[in-house]
Amino acid sequence: MDWNILSWLVWLPVIGAGLIVLVPRDKGDTMKWIAAAATAFQLIFAVLLWSQFDSSHVGFQFQEKMSWIASFNIQYYLGVDGLSLPMVLLTALLSFLCVFVSWKIDKAPKGYFALFLLLDAGMMGVFLSLDFFLFYVFWEVMLLPMYFLIGMWGGPQREYAAIKFFLYTLAGSVLMLVAILALYFTCGHTFDMTVLMAQANDGLGSMTWWGFNALKVVWIMLFIAFAIKVPVFPFHTWLPLAHVEAPTAVSVILAGVLLKMGTYGMLRISYPMLPDGAIWFAGALALLALINIIWGALCALAQTDLKKMVAYSSVSHMGYVLLGMAAVVAAGAKNGGNVLAAEAGMNGAVLQMFNHGTITAMLFILVGVIYDRAHHRNIDGFGGLGARMPIYTGVVALAFFAGLGLPGLSGFISEAMCFIGAFPVFKTIVIISTLGILLNAAYFLWAFQRMFLGKLNEKYVDLPEINKRELFTLIPLAVLVILLGIYPAPVLDVMKVTMGHLIQIIQQSSLLAAF
Amino acid sequence: MFIPELILVGSMLLGIFADLFYDRKHSFRVGHWIIGGLVVAALALYLTPASESITLFMGTIVADPFARMFKYIFLLTTTIVILMSLRTDELKTVRTGEYYLLIAAITLGMFLMASSVDLIMIYLSIEVVSIVSFILAGYLKTQVRSTEASLKYVIYGAFSSGIMLYGFSLLFGLTGTTKLFEIRESLAALDGGTLTLTVATIMIMAGFGYKISAVPFHFWTPDVYEGAPTPITAFLSVGPKAAGFALLIRVFNTLFTGTDALTASVWQSLEGLPWQEVMAALAAITMTLGNVLAIQQSNVKRLLAYSSIAHAGYILMGIPVLSQSGIYAVMFYVVVYLFMQLGAFFVVITIKNKFGTEEIEEYGGIGFKSPYLGVIMAIFLFSLTGLPPTAGFIGKFYLFSAVIDAKMYWLAIVGALNSVIALYYYMRIVKMMYLQGEREDELYMPSKFQSILLAVLAVPTIIFGVYWTPIADWIRNSLVFFLP
Repeated sequence: MDWNILSWLVWLPVIGAGLIVLVPRDKGDTMKWIAAAATAFQLIFAVLLWSQFDSSHVGFQFQEKMSWIASFNIQYYLGVDGLSLPMVLLTALLSFLCVFVSWKIDKAPKGYFALFLLLDAGMMGVFLSLDFFLFYVFWEVMLLPMYFLIGMWGGPQREYAAIKFFLYTLAGSVLMLVAILALYFTCGHTFDMTVLMAQANDGLGSMTWWGFNALKVVWIMLFIAFAIKVPVFPFHTWLPLAHVEAPTAVSVILAGVLLKMGTYGMLRISYPMLPDGAIWFAGALALLALINIIWGALCALAQTDLKKMVAYSSVSHMGYVLLGMAAVVAAGAKNGGNVLAAEAGMNGAVLQMFNHGTITAMLFILVGVIYDRAHHRNIDGFGGLGARMPIYTGVVALAFFAGLGLPGLSGFISEAMCFIGAFPVFKTIVIISTLGILLNAAYFLWAFQRMFLGKLNEKYVDLPEINKRELFTLIPLAVLVILLGIYPAPVLDVMKVTMGHLIQIIQQSSLLAAF
Repeated sequence: MFIPELILVGSMLLGIFADLFYDRKHSFRVGHWIIGGLVVAALALYLTPASESITLFMGTIVADPFARMFKYIFLLTTTIVILMSLRTDELKTVRTGEYYLLIAAITLGMFLMASSVDLIMIYLSIEVVSIVSFILAGYLKTQVRSTEASLKYVIYGAFSSGIMLYGFSLLFGLTGTTKLFEIRESLAALDGGTLTLTVATIMIMAGFGYKISAVPFHFWTPDVYEGAPTPITAFLSVGPKAAGFALLIRVFNTLFTGTDALTASVWQSLEGLPWQEVMAALAAITMTLGNVLAIQQSNVKRLLAYSSIAHAGYILMGIPVLSQSGIYAVMFYVVVYLFMQLGAFFVVITIKNKFGTEEIEEYGGIGFKSPYLGVIMAIFLFSLTGLPPTAGFIGKFYLFSAVIDAKMYWLAIVGALNSVIALYYYMRIVKMMYLQGEREDELYMPSKFQSILLAVLAVPTIIFGVYWTPIADWIRNSLVFFLP
């Protein structure tokens, strides 16, 4: 590849943001079209990348490497593999759709779309960087636009939600910074992730800090940083607030992409760099996954606000990802090297990241649609909408069924893979966490019943049906949800080799593990 | 050589003479003369050989690359502060001829602070800076706050320099000399007397701690910063503080360290003298207290005062690690701190001029009323917080990396978590500016002069966050100390 496609993916939105800033502030529509064009090109490039990606290749492709700050050995280093490609596709797709979701933003559109594109660039950068310093910069750069997007265009409690989100994430990030520097100084003075993957485990494993193995300390610091993003219980309290207060498009990005960064970080950084830590922590991870699944579902069940319910369902669904990731120990020496289970779990986790991205995006867009019309989100405040808005009801039904994991829709496959992977090692945990499926079904169906079935609420006899722009944002997602529910191979094929390699790393390390 | 200093003195004398011919309304023109003097001094400094490393005046001061770099920092700070002073409404009512002369006098004092290697000279240079600062803090004679600031400053200043002087005298008693390099040799050969030496070290630390406003010698800071004219607040929080750090680095690393200090890449502290641990603890306490107290402030100047205490704490982390990379990080941070701190204060001045307030609560919607000021202020605040891609992040990055390289992980974690506290109160200002208020039709744009000065401060704050190799190289070349 000669034309630096990865750099284009990252910097296209920045160019778009720069153009938007130059547009006079009364020309809101021009700004929207610039944003649409920038994200459309990004999506085209992402698909191009996918088409040219060699999924049988172990390691990173389309690499771009440049020295940035020579004195500190910092590089501008981008690359893509089977783990990051699905995330890149997801980010590009959701960013593009979200421009249209935001079409009705009238308050300060220049600021909104410029910040939105910067956020897009930050997300792309996180998924593509292979230099730890660069990764950190992108990771942090995302926070600023997010703060303003929630804080300026959000709901009534937006100020509190925005700062809470910012404080939580920054608290995690600074721990990550300390961990990054610790890795730098103990493992050969480099930020190059590919080098760190080879050296970090042995470099840290032999050191002791405050009486603890240094590897465990660094693992925990990284885990907290990523867990806050996921969010893993008990770091999840920022999430419902931020999701509820954020404008629809930002909720979509938050749930669809930002949460995935937590699990992506673990799979990209913690797992391959510190495989000993991954094995050591797997049990705890499975337990946290269980808490996430059950706790998130129970909270969702208790909500009367539709958006909050969807937000908590994300906590629950991200639990499946964690469970799938914990399954990697199945390949370990202690568990008899059950590589098949590990593969099911790990591939399931990444597939679930992708599927949850599409499903939750649909759910949030749908919440936004009804909120724009009724100006509230109280589940009990509707009733019988099914008769009034048949198309809307149909799409909601699809999204809800996908969310509760109905066979034939995409969520089912990835959730099942996570369970299958984790079962051989964590039997009790898996058995208990299947309760989560039941609870998921309960709150989705109950909400559906209260909103769409029964007698039509008199207040809403004139509620207009979902319009074409809204349908345009939902249809691609719905198609993906159905398609991947029947035939998940296109996404699975991309990641298979990469995940297989990651499992191998962990398996090898389990043979030599120090603890 | 001493030529830049002589030029400073010359421009002061010229300023005094010129001031005789200006009436009250035009006395600000003295500021122009002084800027001229500073530019010529910078030129003279530029023309001295860069690698020059000599002693002057019977070994009381040195001229070495380390001092040279700080001199550039002082000249830049002073120039910016004078430009800010020319544009603030606070000083419109008073005669400002002497004001600019006094600022030039502080600059001379700071030059000497950065290059002193003799206890007497150190004391004199600190006093030159302090006494002139007292006058400048109380320059708005008619305002109670300003007068109060000055008085508090005098009392704390006198007290802490008294303590420091006592420490010096103990040191003199132990070694029989005032010259740092000779003291160093005697201390290395010293038999017993460790307790006296420890007491002397802590007393000296108190004096320096006052200058850089480290906890627990910080009590003067908020009142002085709030009461003083805002340009002077900006000046005090950058210039004398940087000079204090220069002196601290030179004195402590010369006196209280093993033989290879400042030449090797890592060195040890003098055996049996626990100043390293004390200073690390001081750094942790300073940043935490500064940040925690900043949260409750309602006045922007007080908030920035407390936050400047916190920044002193961050910078202080770079000294007890006893390594080249630690000093390097301190110097780097001072450079970026100059831009962001002066910039934030200049925005405060501009807002005060236009909107007449320094209360955070009244900053509502300024981001909409004046997008330019809002964006610029946001850049400075993000940089002060230490978020990428701003220079403030790189400064912190170097500090943390020096601390982690020295395996002081606890200090790094304390410092990192402090950034989170800092985020909270800096974002309060951003929140007022942007999250409140609505779109306005009448936009305020600062005057051309103000806009350019703001841009001059904001652009490096961003650029050095993305590409800082030029400063990195400059500092690397400046990390050369005169050693006999």
